[in-house]
Amino acid sequence: MQYLLTLYSDESGWEKMTPEQQQQGVAAYGAYTQALSAAGVLKGSNRLRPSSTATTLRTTNNKTQVLDGPFIDSKEQLGGYYLIDVPDLDAALSWAGKCPGVGHGVVEVRAIWAMGPANYEQNAAEPAVAAAR
Amino acid sequence: MSPCSGALVRETAESVARHSYGKLVAFLAARSGNVAAAEDALSDAFAAALEDWPVKGCPANPEAWLLTVARRKLIDTARRRKNEAPADDFEIETESLVEPVDEGEVPDRRLGLMFACAHPSIDAAIRAPLILQAVLGLDAARIASAFLMSPAAMGQRLVRAKTKIRQARIPLRIPEREELPERLETVLDAIYAAFSEGWLDAVGTDPARRDLAEEAIYLGRLVTELLPGEPEALGLLALMLYAEARRRARRGPEGEYIALAEQDISLWDHERIRAAETALRRAGAIELIGRYQLEAAIQSAHVSRRRDGLPNWPAVVKLYDALLELTGSPVAAINRAIAVAEIEGPGAALAILNSVCGDARVIEYQPYWAARADLLARIGASAEARDAYEIAIGLERDPSLRNYLERRRARLPRR
Repeated sequence: MQYLLTLYSDESGWEKMTPEQQQQGVAAYGAYTQALSAAGVLKGSNRLRPSSTATTLRTTNNKTQVLDGPFIDSKEQLGGYYLIDVPDLDAALSWAGKCPGVGHGVVEVRAIWAMGPANYEQNAAEPAVAAAR
Repeated sequence: MSPCSGALVRETAESVARHSYGKLVAFLAARSGNVAAAEDALSDAFAAALEDWPVKGCPANPEAWLLTVARRKLIDTARRRKNEAPADDFEIETESLVEPVDEGEVPDRRLGLMFACAHPSIDAAIRAPLILQAVLGLDAARIASAFLMSPAAMGQRLVRAKTKIRQARIPLRIPEREELPERLETVLDAIYAAFSEGWLDAVGTDPARRDLAEEAIYLGRLVTELLPGEPEALGLLALMLYAEARRRARRGPEGEYIALAEQDISLWDHERIRAAETALRRAGAIELIGRYQLEAAIQSAHVSRRRDGLPNWPAVVKLYDALLELTGSPVAAINRAIAVAEIEGPGAALAILNSVCGDARVIEYQPYWAARADLLARIGASAEARDAYEIAIGLERDPSLRNYLERRRARLPRR
């Protein structure tokens, strides 16, 4: 099962840090990423540019509007994500608990809703049912 | 198989439902996490039993019979759903259905199911109802009436919680050792919440609520059987047994409230008290103190008057000291003050109450005002006592308790 860990934090915190502190912060994330990778659970991860660079689109009255800024105007902003593959929510929560993001912000854990054509094309085969009968 | 009468069939089905319902749900949903589907399949299987058994006779092993039918239902449903759902879901859901079961014994995975229902990622307010439904098979309407909620709202919240268990894949298993104490606490809290709802209906006029206390004791006992080395599980069981033992003494013949100190000891259920004492002793032998053990020990000190006619107040104060240190709960502080009044007098107790009245939770807590009123009356501050009773009465929802407080207020001397 794949889970997306989204990391939210107060962006001004980063700017207030000294270069040494910033370096330490980056190192902590580097170590965390490595640990995920070594455990074979990491599927993807990225850090996002500050929310001031965000652009939002929405349609009102059949007209698509392009707006400056992030969707949610809040002190804590989406700053990055990890996509991991683990057996269940407890495993995902255990990894999320080790994320440096929990120390200076909020980490949200969401299960991935598996979609895509691969999942629908196997309808012809019925191995599990055959075995169960 | 032997043919059997309708009454016997119903009785057998009800007995299996009572004893095996949670086991069957837990087993059927163990892998897929699909509690709702397991419940549906099982309810179909019970319906099939009521049709089949009177004709063909009661099966030798009703539990295994129900499991086989329920599994077939699950496979049929999974097959129908296969075109809509991703294939890996389908495989997980049917995988559990091929696991062989020994003739006669369905593995008991109810505890795993309880840990999923009381998972920290499930809304705390719905954990107790969820356990009552998934493990005991109580229907949403009955749970709703006990928790003073509309059946529709309760049904919706239960569905949402079950969907979360399945979609977020909350595991139906006992957590790892290092996580166990913290996770067990949420399970015990949920059981205690169910018990408290049942406890509020003292005379048992509302059958849904009275039974809830019994159901919670059943769950508490189940946890102690499946996790015998956990002192807090034993502590909770003892606490519930002590409280339930006094049920018949809590109200008079007219349904009027009777305070603990004025209860007729002969109405207490002494067998239950002995069972509570045994559980608490077993917990104590493990030597790891916790909130439920302390609360049970306080109950034990209160009922000690059945031996020498007097409650053991110094022991009660000491236990509240420990509880207060452990939980920091203002409720513990209030109860401690009441016990202190018995040793050091009402003045000392009032000083303690004054020190907690800054806590916002206390202002809406009826027992705080009732205790305050009683202590003020004892030092002769009748006017202030009257005001405090007034607030206590306004905060109480149980009419017999309200009545009791009104009688106390009426007894205050007039100026």
